[in-house]
Amino acid sequence: MSIAARIDGDSAVAPAAGISVGPAVLRAEGLSKQYGAVTVLSDVTLDIQPGEIHAIIGENGAGKSTFMRLLSGYIEPTEGTLSMAGHRVRFSRPDQAQAAGIALVHQEILLADALSVTDNLFLGRELTKGGLVDDARMRRLAAAKLAELGCEVSATSLVRDISLADRQLVQIARALLDEHRVVIFDEPTAVLTGGEVERLLTIIFELKARGIAVLYISHRLDEVQRLADKVSVLRDGKLVGTYPGHTLTQIDMARLMVGRELNALYPQKQATRTDQPMLSVRNAVVPGFVEDVSFTVHKGEILGFAGMIGAGRTELFEGMLGLRPGTATVELNGAPVRIRSQREAMEAGIGYLTEDRKGKGLLLQERLGPNLTLSALANFHPGLIVRRDREARALAQAISSYDIRLKSLGVRAGQLSGGNQQKLLLAKVLLSDPSVVIIDEPTRGIDIANKAQIYGFIQDLVRQGKACIVISSEMQELVGICDRVIVMREGRISGEVSGETMTESNIALLATSSRAHVAQGGTK
Amino acid sequence: MTVLTQSAPARTERQYQFSWADAGPFLALVALLALGFLVNPDFLSVTNLSNVITRSAYVAIIAVGATFVISSGGLDLSVGSMVAFIAGITIMFMNMMAPSLGLWAIPAGMAIAVVTGLLCGLANGVIVTVGKIEPFIATLGTMGIFRALITYMTNGGTIPIDKSLREAYRPVYFGTLGGIPIPILISAIVAVLGAFVLYKTKYGRRCAAVGANEDVARYSGISVIKTRTIAYVIQGACVAIAAICYVPRLGAATPTTGQLWELQVITAVVIGGTALRGGKGRIWGTIAGAVILELIANLMVLSDFVSEYLVAAVQGVIIIIAMLVQRFSK
Repeated sequence: MSIAARIDGDSAVAPAAGISVGPAVLRAEGLSKQYGAVTVLSDVTLDIQPGEIHAIIGENGAGKSTFMRLLSGYIEPTEGTLSMAGHRVRFSRPDQAQAAGIALVHQEILLADALSVTDNLFLGRELTKGGLVDDARMRRLAAAKLAELGCEVSATSLVRDISLADRQLVQIARALLDEHRVVIFDEPTAVLTGGEVERLLTIIFELKARGIAVLYISHRLDEVQRLADKVSVLRDGKLVGTYPGHTLTQIDMARLMVGRELNALYPQKQATRTDQPMLSVRNAVVPGFVEDVSFTVHKGEILGFAGMIGAGRTELFEGMLGLRPGTATVELNGAPVRIRSQREAMEAGIGYLTEDRKGKGLLLQERLGPNLTLSALANFHPGLIVRRDREARALAQAISSYDIRLKSLGVRAGQLSGGNQQKLLLAKVLLSDPSVVIIDEPTRGIDIANKAQIYGFIQDLVRQGKACIVISSEMQELVGICDRVIVMREGRISGEVSGETMTESNIALLATSSRAHVAQGGTK
Repeated sequence: MTVLTQSAPARTERQYQFSWADAGPFLALVALLALGFLVNPDFLSVTNLSNVITRSAYVAIIAVGATFVISSGGLDLSVGSMVAFIAGITIMFMNMMAPSLGLWAIPAGMAIAVVTGLLCGLANGVIVTVGKIEPFIATLGTMGIFRALITYMTNGGTIPIDKSLREAYRPVYFGTLGGIPIPILISAIVAVLGAFVLYKTKYGRRCAAVGANEDVARYSGISVIKTRTIAYVIQGACVAIAAICYVPRLGAATPTTGQLWELQVITAVVIGGTALRGGKGRIWGTIAGAVILELIANLMVLSDFVSEYLVAAVQGVIIIIAMLVQRFSK
């Protein structure tokens, strides 16, 4: 509470040498947040200048989200103050921050599917005329705002009918509907790929040009490097420092976030790949998503699947595994297998990690043991009864082999951080010891230290003679860990890269252009 | 890259954590007993308590089944009319068989009751899972069907049980074994079995998983259709057992048998701490819930403060309080 005692907290901003200090549009001073005895944010002092793009980076649990929520009025600080253009402000509700000119673009898409784009934009602040909603005017304003953002959907279409990327734009349009002085983006590109990211970055540069301060939170350090004028690094709830954006390399940022020297993010590639086909899929068709896809993955191989959102990668595998309607001829170790359900897939020895670990992977309200054994119930517990002793042993084993960090054994899956949830999900799928492991977006929303570990686990799998398929929207990740990458576009395989041709630009080319020619790419 | 060789932070900690929400129904039960004693010391007499618990037995037995249906993410509104329907079938069958089988008509009738219950439950389950109809609507439909069938079978009147069987069947409701009324014994057995299945078996795990998140269950290779349908079949079996206990009490089936029981059953389940949106089942809480409902009714009859016509209103208040406790005790 006492402001005087906090003024010397300025030293936290020390490394920001060479940055001119003008009137801050938003200033946080000694901001702290405690929940009971747990301090999640401690003494953060930060100035945001008009017209600057200020990135906030940090590992999961470093306090980024808490910081953003404090700035935008979702929670109140335990200590410290906020001021805007020199005036003290206090927000106890999000709409107060909104009114003061601070907009937050959420990480998750929070829109009502059954309502139109216009209705969503004005939800909760409908314009009225004579006490009735003024649809015509709202539609006009909505259309103008969408056009400004380069979003081509009609203002009258239902949100459920538009693509994920367009929904993200609608969400941004919603945040930008009123004039704002500060716009906060919380991991805006997590669900976007390639061109969609570019469009968003353009929007952000336009905001900057109009003198609006942009706070940008992201795990994608390449974006941070391109965008940020300043980079503030949070670690364990404390501000490590604020640095001029262009002076930091991605490795520098990662090192500051982790607080120790980081080994290479991607493990040294190993020659575990053999020529022995393990899983081969012929003529896979998933109505509406995938047309006639065939591929083979070999023992000891990490095969990547790249493509834009909507290219049909996830649908291909869900169709093949009986999770959605589809047909495919599947051979496992040379023998044909019929897979009509996830159970049959598991019995055949194919494990699948969904990209949606919170919605489809884990029971968030449940403890870790039942989550771990859920898909292996049949073979893990012979007979009728659940064997808790075995379950406890398996959990202890999983916690140590996958380095799952938890506060106590009684925690619920939902209380784990994203990285630890992913490790638990990996342990769950591997519990039935599949010979082919399909991992959809292995590191989405995961901090850098956990990423490196997960890459290590994937490599361990192929070293044990399993075959591994990695579906990812991060091309860098595919190039970093895969032996070979198949690129999909509009439901078909548009090409394949390996060895010398396996570069991000070749993958991007195959993913986006219809008649791509990649040198030596073994296209099918 | 080698995996980090850090020691896992696994601590040997008790997995069970005390939760007010879980303890709530039992605390409420104790509080009611204490209140009852203050109002009228006879309330705690063995005779009165054993009467109360005996009367709560049907709702308790049916509610054990409902705990499965609700924790798997379903709902069954048809249980009340299903009791009447099964009671009607059972009595008609027993009466028909009495001349040829004699007293053996009673166990034969009980077997028919169980088979009918299983089939009714299966029908509900299949309509909900294979037919993909909202449980509320599907069982609203079967509720009407069962009620109409019993009305049709009784021709609007009653089907009494044959005189030759009445005396032999009476003890199933009125008898005792080792001093304990038989309905209490039966509901205890049903509860123990239910708790075993829900907490200790793979089926129980799957049931809760399907209720908590259907997608997670599906992606874990669990058949959602099978798991949910089995929950309804368990419900059907429980309704049949309740009907078997109920028939000797009145000695007849009528169109009003079991009317509005579905509300009492759902109330018992919910005040017992089972989440109405699924994923969390509490068998012993359900039993406590059923007893609480009957205790309140009894308390109101024994005391002169509140008219017994208001029993349903008080039960309504209780369910709302129970939901508020669940909401705010996180």
